[in-house]
Amino acid sequence: MTDPWSLYNEKVMEHFKNPRNVGEMEDPDGVGRVGDPICGDVMELYIKVKDGVIVDAKFKTFGCAAAIATSSMVTEMVKGKRVEEALKISNKAVVEALDGLPPTKVHCSVLAEDALKSAIENYLGHQKLKK
Amino acid sequence: MRRVYLDHAATTPTRPDVVKAMLPYFTDAFGNPSSIYSYGQEARGAVEEARAKVAELIGARSEEIIFTSGGTEADNYALKGVAYANERKGNHIITTSIEHNAVLEVCRFLGSRGFKITYLPVDEYGLVDPDDVKRAITGKTILVSIMHANNEVGTIEPVEEIGKIAREAGVYFHTDAVQTVGHIPVNVDALKVDLLAVSAHKFYGPKGVGALYVREGTNLVPFIHGGGQEKKHRAGTENVPAIVGLGKAVEFAGREMDKEAERQAYLRDKLIKGLVEKIDHIRLNGHPTKRLPNNVNVIVDFVEGESLLLSLDSEGICASTGSACGMASPEPSHVLLALGVPPEQAHGSLRFTLGRENTETDVERVLEVLPGIVARLRAMSPFLKTQK
Repeated sequence: MTDPWSLYNEKVMEHFKNPRNVGEMEDPDGVGRVGDPICGDVMELYIKVKDGVIVDAKFKTFGCAAAIATSSMVTEMVKGKRVEEALKISNKAVVEALDGLPPTKVHCSVLAEDALKSAIENYLGHQKLKK
Repeated sequence: MRRVYLDHAATTPTRPDVVKAMLPYFTDAFGNPSSIYSYGQEARGAVEEARAKVAELIGARSEEIIFTSGGTEADNYALKGVAYANERKGNHIITTSIEHNAVLEVCRFLGSRGFKITYLPVDEYGLVDPDDVKRAITGKTILVSIMHANNEVGTIEPVEEIGKIAREAGVYFHTDAVQTVGHIPVNVDALKVDLLAVSAHKFYGPKGVGALYVREGTNLVPFIHGGGQEKKHRAGTENVPAIVGLGKAVEFAGREMDKEAERQAYLRDKLIKGLVEKIDHIRLNGHPTKRLPNNVNVIVDFVEGESLLLSLDSEGICASTGSACGMASPEPSHVLLALGVPPEQAHGSLRFTLGRENTETDVERVLEVLPGIVARLRAMSPFLKTQK
């Protein structure tokens, strides 16, 4: 049932209540930690990469419902994507996938994009070292 | 799902008997209190009856009560009214860092207009030290404004002592009593205040109406200029139904508040005890005893307030938080920061404020539901590492 007076839409609430891919990852290939505890948002994103494809993603997030829902959505979106494709995922795409966020909450989706980029950069850094 | 409303410091439901008392003044007794025919005089009578009731509850005289549109207007009027009437005497105002924005923002405004504002600190419980007030007073001080009890953490300030200091120094003293009037005894002479702000919707009256107590002889400029209503202090046709509602709410409060405060304090203590027992890394904000009877405010470590609120809302429980993700400022509650709570912890604050319709069952419901919510959110928290 949709509550017409809910701050968030049904899809955001669904991801907030049943977030996908919560948890830490053993031996991740890339880790991104972004946010600022003082602002009330911290996101940690882990990726597993095989042959240039993100095969698994997990997250841990301290933050509001929008931060949790965007974490959940971004980890869903990257799975199965090639690293270079995943780098192109914008916060706007995450918000669209969630059918929108209240205007004051859009900045939370920037955190999801940053966490993903940071995890991928971390992975790419490891690759360089290996070479 | 039964709704458990635990946000009475935000607002309360208007009592059905209060609504009933208001209704005739929209229709049958609709007259303008300034009109001399009987319709008008009937409305005038109702307004004056309400004024007498408000005065009686706080130990004032009817002539000292000015009706306003609420607590925020009353605070605005007290501060600006005194500031602009006493500019020649001085330009210094003393307040605290934990006031409601209805006071703080007015002080910031006055500060930008040439007034000097001292924002006093508070201790870890939210208490103002009266000696700090004494030390802050200078020859230029015209007003001290310190809240009776804090709306977020529930700490009751030593207003009597501060009132004594202000009076000895010959400085006006205003208190924002929005959280106390109708809940605990408030007497303007005991508190030694010259001005005091009241809001009806915090004690089962309607929204959009309040009052400012102004001690006789207090020098302040009119707040709203116009037709001269409210003894030229606050012009505009009186909001008769709302004023009648305020009077009725005051009448009930006067009769019931002592017993109700005792009952709510019992529920409050039961809730605090239960939360501390059932949840790790949780602690009380504010003072353990000098505290509003209906206020519970805790920090839940490692989780964020809005997530807690929305999860509680899904269970039908309404509460409040000092976290501010997505608000105008990313900073959490200025009150918790003033108490010395680190910002990342202030984001995990949770406030429950009890009211007359709450029962032990409601407290038990929170204690039944919250531990699971906290556990679920903590499992997601990057501040807690899973031990392997």
